[in-house]
Amino acid sequence: MSNIKILTKGFIKENPIFALLLGICPTLGVTSSAQNGLGMGIATTFVLVMSNIVISLVKTKIPDKVRIPSFVVIIAGFVTIVEMLLEAYLPALYEQLGLFIPLIVVNCIILGRAEAFASKNNMIDSFLDGLGMGIGFTFALTLLGSIREMLGSGTIFSISFLPDNATTILLFILPPGAFIALGYIIAVINKLKKV
Amino acid sequence: MNQKKQSLFKMILTLLVICSTTAFTLAFINDITKLPKEKTRIKKQEEALRAVLPEFDNNPIAERFALPVDGTADSIEVFPASKAGEPVGWALTTFSDNGFSGRVVLMIGFYPDGTIYDISVLSQKETPGLGTKMQEPRFLSQFKDKNPELYKLSVKKDGGDVDAITASTISSRAFCEAAQNAFLQFKTVKNNSK
Repeated sequence: MSNIKILTKGFIKENPIFALLLGICPTLGVTSSAQNGLGMGIATTFVLVMSNIVISLVKTKIPDKVRIPSFVVIIAGFVTIVEMLLEAYLPALYEQLGLFIPLIVVNCIILGRAEAFASKNNMIDSFLDGLGMGIGFTFALTLLGSIREMLGSGTIFSISFLPDNATTILLFILPPGAFIALGYIIAVINKLKKV
Repeated sequence: MNQKKQSLFKMILTLLVICSTTAFTLAFINDITKLPKEKTRIKKQEEALRAVLPEFDNNPIAERFALPVDGTADSIEVFPASKAGEPVGWALTTFSDNGFSGRVVLMIGFYPDGTIYDISVLSQKETPGLGTKMQEPRFLSQFKDKNPELYKLSVKKDGGDVDAITASTISSRAFCEAAQNAFLQFKTVKNNSK
């Protein structure tokens, strides 16, 4: 597989959210606004890229039986680093994402990529895979966040495009709205793929 | 048997190395982010103080004191502000655990006579687009220059004077509860200082 292919397969073909349906918990939880989706996507991308690199480097040294616990420790380490850095340098985003940052640890995309890709491939490929998947994830979260924010609050990236007292479809920023919006996006993408 | 022992040893060693490397890295990052974290916290407090208090020239953070809240381990912090030695107001941090999803923390500034100067929301986890509207001027401005002695700090549905946020009565109630607690504490502080 060429490098370009490894990088781009995460965008649509193997997009973690739209095609693999991995990591739905943070997806549904944080995407009540476009900004949250983007922030969460970037934080996850960082963890994904770093853990993929480290795991591909140490993979031959780790006995098979303790593979999963080792991966989890490495991933959890990077998540904690992200959490500390965000709290120190981007406090506004840290507050908005809140509980969802530590939950990146249990995001199945990260362990999934470590297990399915980084533990079998070299460092460069793993880096590209992590970056591609991360961008795909960020794109999915931002798209879902934008749609929910537009329909639910009448704003996009906190910029209002409706008059002050306009009625919006509040359902879309509540948890059920996340399921509905995600369902329709996946339906549209599946339709487009077939054409 | 011997081989099994060896692989067990290798497993333990691997995990030990990975865990200790991670621990050292985290300790290192924790060390370098400690200062900025503290700075951000203080800066945020200062900004909130400037927003809810009339102009002051003392250092309310240095003069702050805490009041215990009955029945909990939490406390309300009081920041006295003065200009040229004359007290110009008090800011209180207060909270309510009855928000729609967890704790709502507010900072409220009072003039010496108990009139509210302004309120700012320090932290909340309310529903985005609904309860989060409590941070917007449209909701907050109704408290400006109101004295809670005359202006009942509860939502209109409960017989008070506060216009609740549409579809967020619970968040509005929590907000009012926190504000009312702060006012009661403020009165105690005033009475004690007399």
